Amino acid sequence: MSEVSIYWLQQVLNALQLSSIYALIALGYSMVYGILTMINFAHGDVFMVGAFLCFLAATLLDLPFVPTLLLTMTGAALLGVLIERLAYKPLRNAPRVSAIITALGVGLFLENLTLAFYPYPQNVPTLIENINWDLGGVSLSSLQLIIISLSLTLMLVLDYVVQRTPVGMAMRAISWDKTYVPLMGVPVDLIISITFAIGAALAGAAGTMYALAYPVIDPYMGIMVGWKAFIAAVVGGIGNMRGAMIGAFILGGVEIMVVAVLPSTYRDLVVFSLLLALIVIRPHGILGQPRVQKV
Amino acid sequence: MALLIATKVRHHFGGLCAINDFNLELHQGELMGIIGPNGAGKTTVFNLITGVYRASEGSIRLRESELVGMTPHQITARRIARTFQNIRLFRDLSVLDNVRIAQYSKTRYSPLEALLHLGRFRREEQRIIEHSRDLLAIFKLEHLAGETARNLPYGSQRRLEIARALATGPELLLLDEPAAGMNPAEIDQLMDFIRWIREQFQLTILLIEHQMQLVMGICERIKVLDFGETLAEGTPEAIRNDPWVMKAYLGAEAVG
Amino acid sequence: MRATLGVFWDRLMEQRWLLPLLVAVGLALAFAIPQFRLVNNYVQLVMILAGINIILATSLNLVNGYMGEFSLAHAGFMAVGAYTSVLLTLHVFPVAAYPGLFHLSVLAGGLVSALLGLLVAIPSFKVRGDYLAIITLAFLMIVKSALENIDVIGGPRGISGIPRLTTLPLVFCWTVALVWLLRNFVYSSFGRGVLAIREDEIASELMSVDTKRVKVLAFMLSAFCAGIAGALFAHLLQFISPRVFDIVKTTEILIMVYLGGIASIGGSIIGATLYTILLEVLRPSTVAGLLSWLPAVVFDPLNEHFIRHLGVLRMIIMPLLLVLVMLYWPRGIMGMRDFRGFIPLRDRLAHRAATPRGPTRNGTADSH
Ligand SMILES: Nc1ncnc2c1ncn2[C@@H]1O[C@H](COP(=O)(O)OP(=O)(O)OP(=O)(O)O)[C@@H](O)[C@H]1O
Ligand SMILES: [Mg+2]
Repeated sequence: MSEVSIYWLQQVLNALQLSSIYALIALGYSMVYGILTMINFAHGDVFMVGAFLCFLAATLLDLPFVPTLLLTMTGAALLGVLIERLAYKPLRNAPRVSAIITALGVGLFLENLTLAFYPYPQNVPTLIENINWDLGGVSLSSLQLIIISLSLTLMLVLDYVVQRTPVGMAMRAISWDKTYVPLMGVPVDLIISITFAIGAALAGAAGTMYALAYPVIDPYMGIMVGWKAFIAAVVGGIGNMRGAMIGAFILGGVEIMVVAVLPSTYRDLVVFSLLLALIVIRPHGILGQPRVQKV
Repeated sequence: MALLIATKVRHHFGGLCAINDFNLELHQGELMGIIGPNGAGKTTVFNLITGVYRASEGSIRLRESELVGMTPHQITARRIARTFQNIRLFRDLSVLDNVRIAQYSKTRYSPLEALLHLGRFRREEQRIIEHSRDLLAIFKLEHLAGETARNLPYGSQRRLEIARALATGPELLLLDEPAAGMNPAEIDQLMDFIRWIREQFQLTILLIEHQMQLVMGICERIKVLDFGETLAEGTPEAIRNDPWVMKAYLGAEAVG
Repeated sequence: MRATLGVFWDRLMEQRWLLPLLVAVGLALAFAIPQFRLVNNYVQLVMILAGINIILATSLNLVNGYMGEFSLAHAGFMAVGAYTSVLLTLHVFPVAAYPGLFHLSVLAGGLVSALLGLLVAIPSFKVRGDYLAIITLAFLMIVKSALENIDVIGGPRGISGIPRLTTLPLVFCWTVALVWLLRNFVYSSFGRGVLAIREDEIASELMSVDTKRVKVLAFMLSAFCAGIAGALFAHLLQFISPRVFDIVKTTEILIMVYLGGIASIGGSIIGATLYTILLEVLRPSTVAGLLSWLPAVVFDPLNEHFIRHLGVLRMIIMPLLLVLVMLYWPRGIMGMRDFRGFIPLRDRLAHRAATPRGPTRNGTADSH
């Protein structure tokens, strides 16, 4: 293989790693949006809490990777449900924007609470033994392999849950119609909580992987990553889960490729300009359905 | 003289052809009705005339000007107003503001005058308020001027919708099922009322209605639509006796 | 007693001279305070910040509250206003020789920002709701990263050494002027068009509202105010960088708007003032100062366990407060209402139920 193609293959691999993390977070945005048509702006901060839980499990409890991951996902899921029950549920019939503002408030609260405990960035210990494979010039680390394969597994499991199980069916039913589905005996509150739990657990998993891949974490790390994941969800067509995954891979790809050819400070400029162009051209995203306004 | 002429209008939503070869000639001062079963395309005709949808083919002319391609507010400013099948008031705004908003295109002051509340602003605002309150008085809504529209009873909301449409200063009024949800006594009143505003405001009226009592009672001409096609057109008597219409539309329904 | 007080209050609120009087008193104070050092510099600073925040909140309320969109771009408009005016004061206008030119540079900041408001308004013709929110977010991020990538204006390091030209009387005048303009706009046919768009865009079009024009005007006016606020802010802080105007700044303004209540000028004024003051009051030094009259037995442990940590705690308390306000007052403090004094008398009278008037000109229908 030529130097150039090796370089690009390496970039693709890096993009895959970043994208899988975006995808896991984007799914949470999309799931909640689908079911409540609400942008859960606290979601990026749940991801941040996930990274800190991973840090805690690894330093205080000295846990290895798998228990850390499970603990983090459970913790994040609980946090997600807690937020939903305490902050969002009472506002379900309030103006839509109240819930959005509440979400912003919850996000700030989580950031500053974490900041109170960790005013300085923290170093996350290595949990996965670092092995590097050389695949004809392209290097693949054990961490990359785990991140990519684990994310894909989680996404496949989620896709299965949403498409094939009764819970998934109920989720889709509620996002389809919020007036009559509850009358048909679907336990709406429970399903919404489950949605939040799953979304937050995925964000927790993403937090763990992010903490391992980019091991310096701080309380504000969730803001930018969260917004980017949200953008991924929008690019894919918010509310649509397969769209969220596609959006994440496009976003991660664009980010890595921009940095590969331009100074890294241009990354956000290009990403957001592309986003702007895409929304103006295709307002409902790649897989989203345009909503018909009947008169 | 023909006020509105639609020729060979076609419109489709994706694969569905909602309106096909639609022709209409509406004369000044006329009161015409459009009837047809659910989904026949009646509301779509209104949406095409008022510019909500852009006709895929054909032309709609008001006097000399072509309406196809204009935006709804341009068309409304050319004095075509409408009501909606499902009430679409500005629900969280006051009754007065609902009527005032409809006078947007007749308001003659610039943004700068608005920002400074100077120049023509005061005079114009006063004029709009007076005109609005006059309209509300006609519709027996004056005492509710400050009430939020959503709090009005259904009947008053229907009246307010017509008042709002008239506030735009139309010469052609399109009414989409004005009698929906009314009982026979109320429909009688409504018929008188429609006749009365037609006189008072010198309107040409095109209305959609399922209520045969009203359609047969006040319309001078009736057009029957089905699956986007025109089945028949004529006087109420002619329509009542048209075998096609009997079969396709009126069917077993008792005609009042 | 309460009843008489109530009547008195009502009477007072009805007075046409009340608002001009308050403004006049405020203006006198605004000039007197720095002149005679009536309060210390810190309190003055808080007052200036409150003024700037009032401009930001009322102007964002035009788009987010009255029009019902969810714009996140406000900090971006601030940035544009700030950078424009700072570049003018530093490199173009001989401000040192002619201090009056500073007003021109502030105004220029607002105008350039308004031009960018036009740019954001254009996508709003087609895109609404959450997607428009994302467009405004993208705009904000683009402004920020563009500024970061222009080296001649300092790139990510920003610009420092800006002269401190923002004064209390100046901010007071701008605040009053801009709030007045916004209020005038809201109570005009364009403002009613803005409300109509929030309620039902298609119905507005069909009721003859030129929605595109109204949106352009609203976005431009809102951006103009944000630009002015940014310019004033920059010449107060004496240092700007792209990071000053990021999404966190927008979030702050959003909090003020929704705390105060949507579609309410009075609400935004309350929200901005409350937010500014709370943020300052919750500082350890302020609280300690306020509570210093307490006996030492009470004060010392309180100080040890609570007050000393307020620097961090207030950052946790503020968002918590916001969440609580939203839970118990989902519409904010003044949602959809306003102080009577802000509503033009003409409008108030017009909304009165059945004022006895002579027979209407058209006569009354007897058929219905
Ligand atoms: N925006 C739209 N997108 C897709 N299809 C539409 C749209 N609007 C209307 N249709 C379809 O066009 C056809 C005609 O609809 P229209 O609303 O004009 O019927 P109508 O005669 O007014 O019926 P009704 O008596 O029920 O009001 C229907 O099949 C309807 O489903
Ligand atoms: Mg219809």
